[in-house]
Order: sequence, then structure tokens, then C-alpha cells
Amino acid sequence: MTLSAHGITVSFGTSTVLSDTGFAALQPGQLTALIGPNAAGKSTLFRTIAGLVKPQEGTIMLDGSDLSELSTQHRLQRICFMPQFFTANAALSVFDVVLMAQKQLAGWRVSGDDMIAVATALKAARIGHLAEANIGELSGGQAQMVSVCQALIRRAEVYLFDEPTSALDLRHQLDVMDRIKSAMQERGAIGIVALHDLNLAARYADHLLLIGSGQILAQGAPDVVLSDPLIAATYDVAIQTGKGPRKELNVHAYAD
Amino acid sequence: MGRFIPARILHELVEMMSFTSMQLLGGVDVLVGNYRKRSFRRLLLLLSAVALLTVTVLVDVMTGPASLSFPDVISIILDPAGAPAQHRVIVWDLRLPIAIMAVCVGAMLGVAGAEMQTILNNPLADPFTLGLSSAASFGAALAIVLQWSLIPGAGVFFVTGNAFAMAMVTSLALYGFTKLRGVTPEAMILVGIAMLFTFNALLALLQYGASELQLAQIIFWQLGSLARASWGKVVTCVIVLAIVLPYFMSRSWSLTALRMGEEKAASLGVNVSFLRLSVLAGVSLLAAVAVSFVGAVAFVGLVGPHIARIIVGEDQRGFLPFSALAGALIMSGTSIVSKAITPGVIYPIGMITSLIGIPFFISLILSQRQRHWQ
Repeated sequence: MTLSAHGITVSFGTSTVLSDTGFAALQPGQLTALIGPNAAGKSTLFRTIAGLVKPQEGTIMLDGSDLSELSTQHRLQRICFMPQFFTANAALSVFDVVLMAQKQLAGWRVSGDDMIAVATALKAARIGHLAEANIGELSGGQAQMVSVCQALIRRAEVYLFDEPTSALDLRHQLDVMDRIKSAMQERGAIGIVALHDLNLAARYADHLLLIGSGQILAQGAPDVVLSDPLIAATYDVAIQTGKGPRKELNVHAYAD
Repeated sequence: MGRFIPARILHELVEMMSFTSMQLLGGVDVLVGNYRKRSFRRLLLLLSAVALLTVTVLVDVMTGPASLSFPDVISIILDPAGAPAQHRVIVWDLRLPIAIMAVCVGAMLGVAGAEMQTILNNPLADPFTLGLSSAASFGAALAIVLQWSLIPGAGVFFVTGNAFAMAMVTSLALYGFTKLRGVTPEAMILVGIAMLFTFNALLALLQYGASELQLAQIIFWQLGSLARASWGKVVTCVIVLAIVLPYFMSRSWSLTALRMGEEKAASLGVNVSFLRLSVLAGVSLLAAVAVSFVGAVAFVGLVGPHIARIIVGEDQRGFLPFSALAGALIMSGTSIVSKAITPGVIYPIGMITSLIGIPFFISLILSQRQRHWQ
């Protein structure tokens, strides 16, 4: 099972967000980081893969079949997409909204298994203490953890996380990335995470996709992509990579 | 710090600390238990609301010029044949249709308001604010003043028929507009308010040219009244509820998901535009039928869902039935009050709902700890 895209073009009115771009097969069990500057088309690429945006041209293939042949609803059962923001101050508890993801919008009755699954997921995400909290009262970081929890409770073949760590402190960034990475490995799923933090991408991703001005510019192993001169040009910074104290890949950016 | 304490130990320490704090806060079974407790409490609240509603309906039947005792009412309802003819007529032909009508219309308005607020993501949305009620009033006025019938062959129901037709036309216009410009909640609210003012102006125009007798009729209609309730109308309301409610219930999770924002709902597989439009159609049907039978009744569609939201939250599996029950309770209670204020006089119900509803509503908002709308 692999995911690949070819010749994707997406435009809204006169502005073209993705132009004739794609990526080679992404492997199951691997975590891919989608990196690129603001407004490069990361969210649009995710929404296109998820089927929420119809591309004018191009095909996205999952497991050898064209995804455009699936209905949006069926497609979203195979591809789990976590959007970047959610702001809600509805009278719903954290337990309620994770349960909603668990139920996948079907069936009125909530079984004991559903409840246990939700409670276990909340525990695993270390937000068990927030279970009965109102979603409107969560901090940005807490809301993000709830969102990740909602995504991971679902069983899908492809997981797309749009900036799952942008509002988190250091400890929680590492926790969330750890959980996403190990979930992908355990489930043999294809994971793509949009990240702004290149060091986080270098630490956790098996594979990188660099996107800039609506096109995938580079694809490959983190050390290869991060030392590519293209990345400096894409972000308009000077980039140097090195090894950290634990032999991990470090990325340093300079604005000159 | 990492230099003095080996990082691995530090990591384990943190793990241990969070583990103990997790234990203090309870394990999986505690979370499940909390949720079960909440679900049970919700069920209990729903059942008490049903019980309370039964009581208000019986009290509603008791109340009136010819005083009947509680046991009388129960025995006449359970055994109509064994009751004196006069009492049977009072209960079965005069008071029960009104009492049941109040429940039906309250439930319809409560559900309509709840789902309008949900799909439009706006706490002010209800059939009244979106212009459906004023459209219905205008339709009725057309019949009363100009004797125009919008539905050919409506016969004696032509006032009601006109009201229904205008409310449906307004919903369709709302629907058409959203088709043209995309379904944004803001646009729908703005168009609704434009409708409200348009129909109010047209209504004023009709009133200006109306005779005194017609004016009195229009005003009575505008104020909302249960006095014209009949078993036929009750059955119609029940049928409409039986069509629309199951559809809304089947969309419970999708509607709950919509409260987390369009993007989130869409990512969970909700077809947001289709859901908005289909629910709008259902809401229009509920509102149009309710308004065409009893006239414009303000606040029930607005306050009912707010009470439900505060008491059971917005999980639609509790929110939807509780909104219906809250609406029904408000209408039923108001029906009692409208008869009890001055013996022998039945005040128009719309007036009472506003007078009781507003202070109640404001005190609810002021006492509310959590804010569910930005």
C-alpha cells in the first residue's frame, strides 16, 4: 500500500495554489514531514488528498487505485485528515468530541466498547484529566492535543496532520510526535505531518516533502532534503545542518 | 539540569510523576464512569421533563372557566364514555386540542430553533429572526385583508394556507440565495433579517389599508393564539414532527460535529452544504406549519434550545429531544398562564411567551458560567 500523487493542479478562481505537482510513493509505516514556508500550499495539498478540494487536474493513487473514484465519505474513512484549527465554544465536553470521532458519524447508540476506546485514547494522549472539560475552555495547546486524539482514535490507512504541534510546549511537542510516529508504525499506516519546525521534522520524519510556491520541490530522506540548496532558497534563509549531542540531525537557519 | 541528572533518569522521573498524577485522576474506568454518570443524568433529566410536561398538560386541561378537579380530568381522559356529556365536550373538544397543540407547536419551534442555531452557528437564529414568522403573518394578512388565496382550493383554511405558503416561499428564497452565493451562516442570517424587515413593511402596508375588523383579526394573528386549535391541526403537527424528527435524529453526530467548525466537520466526513440545506428544509417545514396554525409566537424557538444547551449540553442525542421538550414545556406553561391571569379571558399566547420569556432568558444568560458562543 502506497500513496502517490501526479500532476495535481488546484486553483481557486484566478489564483493557482498547486500547479502540476505530485510526489512519489509514500510507504506504509513511515512518517513523512511536509515542510515549506507559509502559503506554500501545504493545507491545500492535504485537503486535496483528503478529497475536500477537487483538483482541476491530476490523480492521487492509494494502494493502486484512483482516489477520485471514491465518494468523499468513503474516502474520509480511509484518509484521516486533522485540520489545522478548531475553534469551538459549543457546550460539548472533550469526551463528547472524541466519542464523535470514534463513532465516525454513524449509529446512535454508544456501546461500552466505544466508551472504553475513548477513555483509553484520552489516557494515552495524557488528557484524561480534561475528559469532562468543556471544549470552549481549552487552551490552544490542549485543543490541539484533543484534535490529535480525535485523529488517532480513528482507524485509517492514511493520516494527515496539519501542524499538530504549533501550539504545544516542548514536552508536548515531543509527546505528540512520538505518538504519531509510533501509531503509524504499529498500524502500518501512511502518515504525513505538516511542520514548521525543521528540527522536529529532522528528528521524527522518515521522509521529507519540501513544498514551495505550489510545487513539491524535493522529496527524500531528511538528511538529503535538508542539505539540499533548494531548501535555503525555498525558505529564503541560509541553512546549515549538523549533528546534535545525541547524533541527531540539527538544522540551523540564518536570516543573512 | 540534564548535565547533572542523566537524561534517561529525568525522563523516567517525569514519566513516573505523570503516571502518579494520572492515577490520582483516575484510570480508564473512572473516565467511562464519569461519562456513564453524565449520560444517566441526561436520561433522568429527559424523563423528568416528560413527567413535568404530562403534569402541565393536565393542569392546562383543568384550567378554565368551568373548573374541573385533577381526578375529574384524569377520569374524563381515561374514560370519556363514563363522564357527563358537558364535561366530555369541555375536555375532549375544547381543552385537550389546545393543550396538545401547545405541546406540539412548542416542540416544533424548539426543534426548529435548535437546528437553525446549529446549522447557522448563531445563537440568535430561530424561525422568528430569519423572517419565517413575519412571512407567515404577511401571508395571513393577505388572506384577511385582500381575500387572496395563495393556495387554490384551500377553502376555510385559506388564512392558514397562505401563512404556510409564504413561510415556505421565504425558506425557498433563503435556500435559493445560499445556492447562489454559497452557504455561509453570516449570509443566511443577513438575508433572514432582510426578509424580516421586508415582510414587516409589507404587513404594515396591508394594515394601513385594512378595516378595523380586519385589523383586529391581523393583530390577533400576529400575537399568536392557540384558540383555533383542533384535532385535525394536532394530527398535522404530529405527522410533520414524525417526518422531520427522525431525519434530524439520524444526523445527530453530523450536527454535533458541525458545532466544532465547518472544517472539522468536513474532515470527519460531513457533507456540510448538503446537511445545512436539508436541515434548513426540515426546519422550514416545522416553522411554517407551527406558525401557520398558531400565528407568530416569539421566543420559544430561541429560549427552548438555550435552556437545553445549558442543561444537557450540545451532544445532539440529548440536545435535540431536550430542545423539543423545553419548547413544549414553555408553550404548555404559557397556555396555563394565558388562561389563569384573568378568569374567563384567554390572552394571546405570543404576548405571554415574550413577557415571561425575556426576563427568564436574561436571568439564564446572566447566571450562566460558561459561554458557548463567542
